[in-house]
Amino acid sequence: MTAASAAATGRGPSRFGFVKGFLWAVRILAVFGILWGSYFSITGGRLSFDQWKDLMVFGVAQGSVYALIALGYTMVYGVLGFINFAHGEVFMSGAMIGFFAANYLNQTGLWASQPFLSLFIVLLVCMTASTLVAVGVERVAYRPLRNAPRLIPLITSIGASFFLQYAFRGLFGAGVKSYPAVRALDGAWNVLGFRVIKTQGIVILAAVGMMVLLYLLVERTKTGRAMRAVAEDQEIARLMGVDVDRTIVTVFAVGGAMAGVAGLLWGLVFQQVFFFTGFLPGIKAFTSAVLGGIGNIVGAMVGGLVLGAVESIGPSLVLAGLGVPAAHQLKDVVAFLALVLVLVFRPTGIMGERLAEERA
Amino acid sequence: MPLLETQGLTKVFGGLHAIDDLDLHIEEGEIVSVIGPNGAGKTTFFNLVSGMIQPDSGKILFEGIDLVGLAPHQILELGIARTFQNVRLFQNMTVLENAMVGQHARTRSGPIRAILRTPGFRAEEEAIRRKAEEALAFFGTRLIGYRLEQPAFVLSYANRRRLEIARAMATEPKLLLLDEPTAGMNPRETLELTELIARLRDEKGFTICLIEHDMRVVRGVSDRVICLDYGRKIAEGTYHEVATNERVIEAYLGTKAVEGV
Amino acid sequence: MAQTVDARQALPERELVPSPPVDLGAAVKWGLIAGMTAVFVSAIGMVQAFEVRSVVVGVDLGYLVLFGAALVFGYAAARPGEQLEGFLAPERGVRNVAAGLIAGLVGGAVLWLFVLLIGAVDIRSVFPSVSPQLRDLLTFGRGAGFAAAALIGGFGLVGALGGGIPVLPERIRAPLVNALAWVLAFGLFEDLFAQIFRGAKVPFLEDLLYQPGGGLSLVGALIVFVLFFAVYLSTASRRETVRSRIATMSPSERRRWVGVGLVVAIVILAVLPQILGNFLSEVFDLAGIFLMMALGLNIVVGYAGLLDLGYVAFFAVGAYTTAVLTSPGSPRWSPEMTFVAALPFIVLAAAMAGIMVGTPVLRMRGDYLAIVTLGFGEIARLLFLSDWLKPYFGGAQGILQIPPLELGPLTFRSSLDFFYPIYAFVLVFAYVSWALQNSRIGRGWMAMREDEPVAEVMGVDVVKAKLTAFVIGAILASFGGALFAHKIGSVFPHSFQILVSIVVLVIIIVGGIGSIPGVVVGALILVGAPELLREFAEFRYLIYGVLLIFMMLKKPEGFIPSRQRARELHQEEMMQDAWLRKEEEAAAAAGS
Repeated sequence: MTAASAAATGRGPSRFGFVKGFLWAVRILAVFGILWGSYFSITGGRLSFDQWKDLMVFGVAQGSVYALIALGYTMVYGVLGFINFAHGEVFMSGAMIGFFAANYLNQTGLWASQPFLSLFIVLLVCMTASTLVAVGVERVAYRPLRNAPRLIPLITSIGASFFLQYAFRGLFGAGVKSYPAVRALDGAWNVLGFRVIKTQGIVILAAVGMMVLLYLLVERTKTGRAMRAVAEDQEIARLMGVDVDRTIVTVFAVGGAMAGVAGLLWGLVFQQVFFFTGFLPGIKAFTSAVLGGIGNIVGAMVGGLVLGAVESIGPSLVLAGLGVPAAHQLKDVVAFLALVLVLVFRPTGIMGERLAEERA
Repeated sequence: MPLLETQGLTKVFGGLHAIDDLDLHIEEGEIVSVIGPNGAGKTTFFNLVSGMIQPDSGKILFEGIDLVGLAPHQILELGIARTFQNVRLFQNMTVLENAMVGQHARTRSGPIRAILRTPGFRAEEEAIRRKAEEALAFFGTRLIGYRLEQPAFVLSYANRRRLEIARAMATEPKLLLLDEPTAGMNPRETLELTELIARLRDEKGFTICLIEHDMRVVRGVSDRVICLDYGRKIAEGTYHEVATNERVIEAYLGTKAVEGV
Repeated sequence: MAQTVDARQALPERELVPSPPVDLGAAVKWGLIAGMTAVFVSAIGMVQAFEVRSVVVGVDLGYLVLFGAALVFGYAAARPGEQLEGFLAPERGVRNVAAGLIAGLVGGAVLWLFVLLIGAVDIRSVFPSVSPQLRDLLTFGRGAGFAAAALIGGFGLVGALGGGIPVLPERIRAPLVNALAWVLAFGLFEDLFAQIFRGAKVPFLEDLLYQPGGGLSLVGALIVFVLFFAVYLSTASRRETVRSRIATMSPSERRRWVGVGLVVAIVILAVLPQILGNFLSEVFDLAGIFLMMALGLNIVVGYAGLLDLGYVAFFAVGAYTTAVLTSPGSPRWSPEMTFVAALPFIVLAAAMAGIMVGTPVLRMRGDYLAIVTLGFGEIARLLFLSDWLKPYFGGAQGILQIPPLELGPLTFRSSLDFFYPIYAFVLVFAYVSWALQNSRIGRGWMAMREDEPVAEVMGVDVVKAKLTAFVIGAILASFGGALFAHKIGSVFPHSFQILVSIVVLVIIIVGGIGSIPGVVVGALILVGAPELLREFAEFRYLIYGVLLIFMMLKKPEGFIPSRQRARELHQEEMMQDAWLRKEEEAAAAAGS
């Protein structure tokens, strides 16, 4: 029998399994659902054009917070190759400690008289707190596991995450803490036809600024070069005279500082902070990192903004269009589904760098 | 019809042709050695045949069936088993369990029969165990007795290589792909394994394709030698023909001298 | 073992070098850690919360935890380093005790500074637990001067005791530590043991061991200590022979012993709830439900190596399916089935959920799989909570009026009743775990866990193997959910938080991944203990977090590992390699 006839008669094992079929069904269903829902939402005219724009701005503001946290995930993943599950708690510690600073400044009256100076002081406090927590966790929980299989540090980081949550609960109490409002940031700006609430505008500006700084740090400085070298190959980097341990600490510190900034921005937008605040934004920031292509710094920024927008618009656009009542309750579901769909559709993420799928 | 045949097989890694338009064939009952300098694409060839990676173009025909697009376990089921250059055993499983995994594709019982411990399940387990022990016994006393219940990671290096071959044997293959089976072995062990490879064909009836750097082994066992360089076949024939081929010598001198000629 | 003996003889004689002595400088570091730990447990309110439980001779748990820090880190400071090849065994003596003493003194000093600090500055607005009561506790109500002496002296003393542990000869050390652990256990779990004595109709034991204010009396502590010390001391030598006996048993003989063990276990399980009474049965029921889940997750994580963090979703599916099918209060559709009639549907729903979650994650690498399954776990809870599915699952109000469990003529209502079905399922699950482990499919899973690409090349259909693991895990969890629903009589989305997944994960990691006995003990202790010690509840997850980190750093194989990965095995490997090298050298020398 020739090869051609074998192929023609279909002899041999099947090439199209249940899994492929299932995943194709998921893909088709997702595309169809999104188109269908969007169509009905838009034609149904449930929300005015201005409302869509407001949702968009809010989504971008929220997304820039995610993006800042995502930087920590993506940098650690890029350099060490594991998911630092406790990074959400690093963010929470910044937001929490920042609250006490803000509260103190509010009591002294500086918060009202010198709002921007106060914000800057609180920002420094947030960054310091988050950086210390990030570096501390690295020292205690990850450094001894430098060469362990990657699931081991992941489990450790889950432990660290719970430890930090409940340590903060024990230390600072379980109650919700409210950031004082910044009077100077009441009101809104009008940017290119979008109504941008001032706090949200500040958040977006600050996030973009920090991201640019980080990008310059990684791409233009000696420290950044060391980071990239360690990410490429730890052993070679060591041979080339890079202090690997110090570089890794720097990565955690920089990631922590970014999370600290995110902590303050969170305080400005949502005002409320408690010990569990880090959990969901943490997972969503991880999703952002995956969405943008984990290990890729620009990807994390883009991924964060996209996820923020998707989460903000998605429920009203897709789910409401499909006839789901109270769709906004499902915004976390949308975020998690986005993670699953990204990994099913395009495991390398938008910017694509490292594979989520197993390499043979 | 050859047992294994590749037609225009090509695999590109980041612009580099690891395998480049490769046509080769292996007849039933042969022992074929694949040689070539480091980076010639030998292991890539094994990875393609065993389905661990997919080719960019070309066909791999095994008994007339194209293997491209099949999952590795399907290829194994058709009758191709392999070992690895850097010995990849299931470290925390026992010697016996390692060999028993080899029988996985040849047996069928699922979780329900396992839970109910049906007579069919027991008979199958018994058969799996017997076949695994048979494969292990091929290496004399080295892998049986008290060794059966030891985790694989306690074995010596040479024994790990032997266990890997036994695990492949337990899959009851038609074609056995051995990736540098004597690497890291001392001269005495190498000699022993060379004899063993011949016995594998003569007693067990496997067709064997091996990648080997040790030219004494290649000379000792091969019916035919294929030399690869930059993913292409540059020579083919008996050991003597290949070893005296100008292009082969040239290819090797670029990297390292031909040993044992 | 012939080869090993050869290898030993073949090793060249080498001069042995003394091991480096215990580092006293490091002891200061350990002392600082001890002090920080003590300050931390004080500042999070643990010392205060634990004050209420008197453990041994009037000493309460708060102080035990506080001074326990000195003991643990004193021991850590004094522990000799590992004996490396070519070194003499490290010396053990006064230096170890001194290291422990230093660690203790430094730790006590740190704590004392903390006492001074909270005496001088009021930081309660930030740290609510740092109250005057805490200061009273830390100063023993007698001011900073007394505290200096008591804390520093006490810490130093306890630290020195901890430092003395490694000095004791091995023969005494293990029984001593074990006996002390039992004294602690008897003191902590007074409720449990007292109830057992009452239930077993030997109430005088309770009066003998425990004092009226709570906790072991001096006599009681001595009795427990002497008893267990004697038991451990006398059995120490015999344990090895028993172990080797078990190893050499013939299959039929082993089967007979397993049969005997099973009968004993069943008898104990049959009598236990009658002794425990309703309240303690409740504790065991809860632990049993977690145990069911842990056995299921053990298959997914321990055997197949798939880190599923959303396992609670399957528990929820089981509970909700049961609720919808059996409760007359189910919002949309209430067929009011019995448990037995609903069972096939529960299995079906769980299997489908397993496939839904399992399929998209099949090709993902382990860490992505973990996060995505975590996402699925949250998706399940949010969907059950949502207004969208409220007409079917009741939203936040959940589903009420789930009838008591009926199995044929038997009806199970109370916690005491529920003990039986729960532990019957536990027995079945343990058997299922064992049966799967020792089968073709179990070997396929383990091969996949060890090295997935190689397993696939060796003929394991990893897609099928992974899906099977997910589906079986899901079914076991759904049974847990079903019993949970019947037992509580209602289901709410609130019961299915991500925390449940994490607790189950902690159970199998602490117990020993892949180890059935490990999982059983892990569930009973990690779920049972916090239920018995109510004041633990607040710190439960904190402790779980610490445990996870500690296990991964120090004992990744768990406390009761699945397979003895004893150190001597590694040593044998080293010996063999050395032997091989020598052979090679000899051959090379002969060849040239």
